[in-house]
Amino acid sequence: MKKEKYYISFTKEMKKDYTILAPNMLPMHFKLILNVFKGHGYKMELLETQGRDIIETGLKYVHNDTCYPAILVIGQFINALQSGKYDPHKTALLLSQTGGGCRASNYIALLRKALKNAGYGFVPVISFSLGGLEDHPGFKITLPLWHRMFYAVIYGDLLLSLVNQVRPYEITPGESEALAERYCREIAEEMNRDGISFQKVKRRAAEILKSFQKIPTVKTEKVRVGVVGEIYVKFSPFGNNNLADFLVSEGAEVVVPGLLDFCLYCVINNIADARLYGRGVFKEPFVRLAYRFVTKKQKEIIELMKADGHFRPPTPIDETVKRIVDYIGIGAKMGEGWLLPAEMLELYESGVPNIVCTQPFGCLPNHIFGKGMMKPLKAKNPDINIVAIDYDASATGVNQENRIKLMLANAREQMEKAKKAPPKNARLSVKKPDEKVEKVPEKAAAGK
Amino acid sequence: MSALCLGIDIGSTTAKVVLREGDKILFEKYERHFSEVREKTAELLREVEKFCGDRPLKAAVSGSAGLGLCEAANLPFVQEVFATGEVVKTLVPDASAVIELGGEDAKIIFFDGGMDERMNGTCAGGTGAFIDQMATLLNVTVDELDALSLQSERIYPIASRCGVFAKTDIQPLLNQGARHEDIAASIFCAVANQTIAGLAQGRRISGKVLFLGGPLYYCKGLQRAFKSILKLDDQNAVFPEYARFAVAMGASLFAQKTGREFTVSQLTSAIENAKTVQKADTRLRPLFENEAEYREFLERHQKATVPTASMAEYEGAAYLGIDCGSTTTKLTLLSENNEILYSYYASNGGDPVEIVREQLGRIYEKCGNRIYIAGSAVTGYGEELIKKAFFVDIGLVETVAHYTAAKHFLPDVDFILDIGGQDIKCFKIKNGAIDSIMLNEACSSGCGSFLETFAKAMGLPIEAFAEKGLHAKNPVNLGSRCTVFMNSSVKQSQKDGATVEDISAGLSVSVVKNAIYKVIRAASAEELGQNVVVQGGTFYNNAVLRAFERELGRPVIRPTIAGLMGAYGAALYSKRLKKSTILPPEKLKNFTHTSSSAVCGGCTNHCRLTVNKFSDGSRYISGNQCEKGLGLKTPTEKLPNLYEFKRQYLSSLTPEKPIKGSLERGSIGLPLALGMYELLPLWHAVFSALGFQVVVSAPSTRRTYEKGQFSIPSDTACYPAKIMHGHIEELIEKGVDAVFYPCLTYNVDEKAGDNHYNCPVVAYYSELLHSNVEELSKVRFLYPYLNINKKSRLKDELYRYLSPHYCDLTKKEVARAVDLGFRAYSAYMTAVRTEGERALKAAREKGRRIMILAGRPYHIDPEIGHGIDKLAQSLGFAVVSEDSVCQLEKPQRVSVLNQWTYHARLYRAARYATHHDDTQLVQLVSFGCGVDAITTDEVRTILESGGKYYTQLKIDEITNLGAVKIRLRSLIGALEEREEAKR
Repeated sequence: MKKEKYYISFTKEMKKDYTILAPNMLPMHFKLILNVFKGHGYKMELLETQGRDIIETGLKYVHNDTCYPAILVIGQFINALQSGKYDPHKTALLLSQTGGGCRASNYIALLRKALKNAGYGFVPVISFSLGGLEDHPGFKITLPLWHRMFYAVIYGDLLLSLVNQVRPYEITPGESEALAERYCREIAEEMNRDGISFQKVKRRAAEILKSFQKIPTVKTEKVRVGVVGEIYVKFSPFGNNNLADFLVSEGAEVVVPGLLDFCLYCVINNIADARLYGRGVFKEPFVRLAYRFVTKKQKEIIELMKADGHFRPPTPIDETVKRIVDYIGIGAKMGEGWLLPAEMLELYESGVPNIVCTQPFGCLPNHIFGKGMMKPLKAKNPDINIVAIDYDASATGVNQENRIKLMLANAREQMEKAKKAPPKNARLSVKKPDEKVEKVPEKAAAGK
Repeated sequence: MSALCLGIDIGSTTAKVVLREGDKILFEKYERHFSEVREKTAELLREVEKFCGDRPLKAAVSGSAGLGLCEAANLPFVQEVFATGEVVKTLVPDASAVIELGGEDAKIIFFDGGMDERMNGTCAGGTGAFIDQMATLLNVTVDELDALSLQSERIYPIASRCGVFAKTDIQPLLNQGARHEDIAASIFCAVANQTIAGLAQGRRISGKVLFLGGPLYYCKGLQRAFKSILKLDDQNAVFPEYARFAVAMGASLFAQKTGREFTVSQLTSAIENAKTVQKADTRLRPLFENEAEYREFLERHQKATVPTASMAEYEGAAYLGIDCGSTTTKLTLLSENNEILYSYYASNGGDPVEIVREQLGRIYEKCGNRIYIAGSAVTGYGEELIKKAFFVDIGLVETVAHYTAAKHFLPDVDFILDIGGQDIKCFKIKNGAIDSIMLNEACSSGCGSFLETFAKAMGLPIEAFAEKGLHAKNPVNLGSRCTVFMNSSVKQSQKDGATVEDISAGLSVSVVKNAIYKVIRAASAEELGQNVVVQGGTFYNNAVLRAFERELGRPVIRPTIAGLMGAYGAALYSKRLKKSTILPPEKLKNFTHTSSSAVCGGCTNHCRLTVNKFSDGSRYISGNQCEKGLGLKTPTEKLPNLYEFKRQYLSSLTPEKPIKGSLERGSIGLPLALGMYELLPLWHAVFSALGFQVVVSAPSTRRTYEKGQFSIPSDTACYPAKIMHGHIEELIEKGVDAVFYPCLTYNVDEKAGDNHYNCPVVAYYSELLHSNVEELSKVRFLYPYLNINKKSRLKDELYRYLSPHYCDLTKKEVARAVDLGFRAYSAYMTAVRTEGERALKAAREKGRRIMILAGRPYHIDPEIGHGIDKLAQSLGFAVVSEDSVCQLEKPQRVSVLNQWTYHARLYRAARYATHHDDTQLVQLVSFGCGVDAITTDEVRTILESGGKYYTQLKIDEITNLGAVKIRLRSLIGALEEREEAKR
């Protein structure tokens, strides 16, 4: 089918004096990436606005049954353009574009449509994607830029994990976040100034680990709560009503699986596409190469964390993948696909049995991968404690909080029980009484 | 003396306290709090004080409204489900499960086999508030509803996912005259079904079950429903005396453990002095800045009146208009000069026939010999019933009635917004004809009856409630998704300390925003036109009217007869008549009406009918999905119906000859749901060629859904997906050896878009089935990931997947079978398209209207499509499907990613409609279909760019066609208007 051009390109001239606005999905990561871009001559700004106005704007310009993240992101952009803070004729918008059968791949199209309706049809929208689906001469991601962004993700994941592990225990509130903020600045500056090498990254990572250790903390026992779900509401405080803050205020330690896992999930899907459906076979070797490259780096950082010994490292993706195939095929690749149950399983197996599964109300992939996978997860791991929370323009905090509080009450009770059990192999002994339950599905599976 | 413990449970509608001393209960009380959470709690505490004075006691608070109070007053809080679990573990250690229904939450706790606690999701409404709503709808108290239910004879299927859906089911039942006893029992059954299906999600509820919470304590009918659905005997179904207080008792147990001590006066002052933090962005500006503004507003709207004439003095012809709406009945009698002689507006109390009888009697009385009725017309939900009962001359589509009335008021009106009890209707008028019609759907349902229910919940009549809103200082911002969500927004705002005034005003704003941004889908208020008339009973509410003007930014006209406009329009319309057939006074005196229920035996659908009998022996039958139920002969002319054609084709597939000559591989079940509806010919041929005995599940019925509903994990998934569970159960019951439903990320590539995906639900539903349908472990469940676009690859993959299960299978055999499969698939698609073109031609030759009923392949299922195809046929349309005509248009470039195979067909079919005057497109949308949130706007854009009406029918479990019929008839009405205007 012939494709005529249906969008406004971001030209080289625009690069000179246009401000590019980007939504703030992951505060830590995006700040780092933004700083990298700034170093490459882009004027860029993250939108950190929140509030009811934005939601209202979103509802006005986006079909209300569309997923909540679209309503938020588009609402935020239009709200910014209307705010008078930016000259709409000197502003471009940057939004990531995923491919795939989920309706989320339509965000760019919905944004352009909404802009048109709001009278901003002239504002260029840059789609940011791995595949480079559109033509924007003024916005070319060069190899060094990719390289830097990749490390920004690695750093971002590390900082996010460390902040989450230190913040609930710190004596001076805000210290760990301030430290992470500082690193976001310094690291980007360093990358732009001195270029990048993995040796440098490792050195930096070791240093980061050391300085987080130095933050004075009181080690009390707290329940650990994992957060998984649809990528936007999982990460974005605006999307999930500041879930992490709420959990911390309720006395929990938050564990959020990083962004790199999602990137690797996308890479694995490319491989699976070739293997299962014979699509994109020619590029498969390159994809495999990239996969090996990235997982190797991921593992080395994990090794660093292990060697340091003070913080809980994430699980390398290839191990997670090995486990999840007992539950779901890795050909299931729309939205968060198999990654969603995989993350829940990974959290559980690394000692975080309490999980909030966040999803936009009516999220299609989550019917299958979130709510649809909870039964087998619970059957095989009876003490897993998952609560599914829907986020929506009209979903209220009180309903969400009430359900999260139920999950927390159970989590605390389980923690008390585990404490009473002998300390060594505590997890095993908790599981034991339920062995009977565990065997049933196995038998059933064998009979298949 | 043991310590005193106090448990306080403040739920969404009620507050409960329990004061214990050891095992002894000193005091307990259960009361509605009407949203005045603090006041009511403090009041209850003062009563507690009488029993304990200032002795120190340990206290804890629970409940959804208690949550906010605890934060503000810094009191110990315990989550209510957790509290329930605690109390049951202590009091009934051998309980295996607890079901608790509260005002707005439903919960299940499982104790045996791994404790598990669950609460309903956002989109589930089978709770106390839902029962309240339903009682309001029937115009009875909850106690009366309960008493009625115990006299039931039969149960109607009612969707109980949310109150809105249920209303859509109940309203037509009421209007058709179904027995209230039966409806009441059906409501309780629906609640029980919803709770069990929505919360148990595949886990069996058996053993000793405790039922807790207010509704389960008070409603015997509800108790009965739960007992019978769960098949529990008296030993195992426990309805304890403390059912209402379980949470409060749990809270007192929790208090005992956590050990913070208070005196009652300390508690009271903590609650009374609790600071509320008002979030600025959750408040709106007041509706009126000052008194002068308010007065100007009132004066302006007083001007839009209709002249009246005294009935005592008038002589001559009069015209009667009746608007039998969903919740109200309106009558207007006009003089020759369009003056109103008589009017009536009141709730129909669920019995419109009786109201009309009484009113007509009164009119006749007043008419005496001076006035005679020269013409009469009826419109609204109950149109057919009333027309039949009283021999009314004309039955009028609502849209036409309203437009007739509005035009009379403001000849150049270009936009009409009508907000009634149940419905929001909007029409744009262009060149003297209705240009587009928008009606609200289930999820945009904030209307009049919703405000009324709320007023009642707060213990106020609607007028007083609205009045309070006018003078609110800080109206709350409640969002606009649906009434269920708004309910919880109200709960949140109560937590933040909002007053009844603020809530009333906030609700009015929500109703208006809902109409503008959800129903009309206007990007801005300017789109709405220059000459706006608003009407419908809800606009009597000045707060709603003001909120609308505010949102619009300019004044609008609200006739003083806003609520009567339908009846007024009908009366005006009937002025074309000279002599009326309406039931004369002498016959009216002897008029009687009874209704009874029956099951239609016309076909396998077994529609549940309501038979209305009138005194002259004539009958009016409703509830039928097709004309058979009416006992009529088959219509003389059979219009083409592609839906029927496809169903026929799929049900008469012949198996391929087994390549190896014999049926040796056992039986394989193909569930006829979701993607299988299109690919059945393919897989049917493949497996029969491979020597399987192919078993296809039967087309769905309501029963199919019920059979499988217990294993559905996500209640907001679409109905076509949820019904899949029943098909699987059915196949397993039939004893198949294997079940096949593959994972297909990619659908057939028809080269019509940017990509050719399936939606996530169609693509991966088998993963969900595998994880949630326990029965599947009894058979071999085959769900390979396949790509049906590369034949060679499919051959390899299918062989690779099947050969470990069937060792004697050869590669060659599979390859041959796949070839045969594709041959069968392409034969099917060719047949559909040829038949589509033939149907178009045949319809054109006869000059019939053509409807492209555009949905997905699985919408041809009789249960999913609810027979809409047949309805359209009976309204005079030749019905074709989107996939039977899409080949006639080029692939479309749309403003979104055109990446799903099924949806690309919609766009092409829509374009086809724009090129043909005689062709209309009606889009079927399954509730919960996320992808359609994207496609509907595009289809609408395509249609409107070609000057076509866009009609969307949202379908779910709902079994009643009343609303659909009104929509389709509105479409026909608009088409006729337009044709007339052209002439």
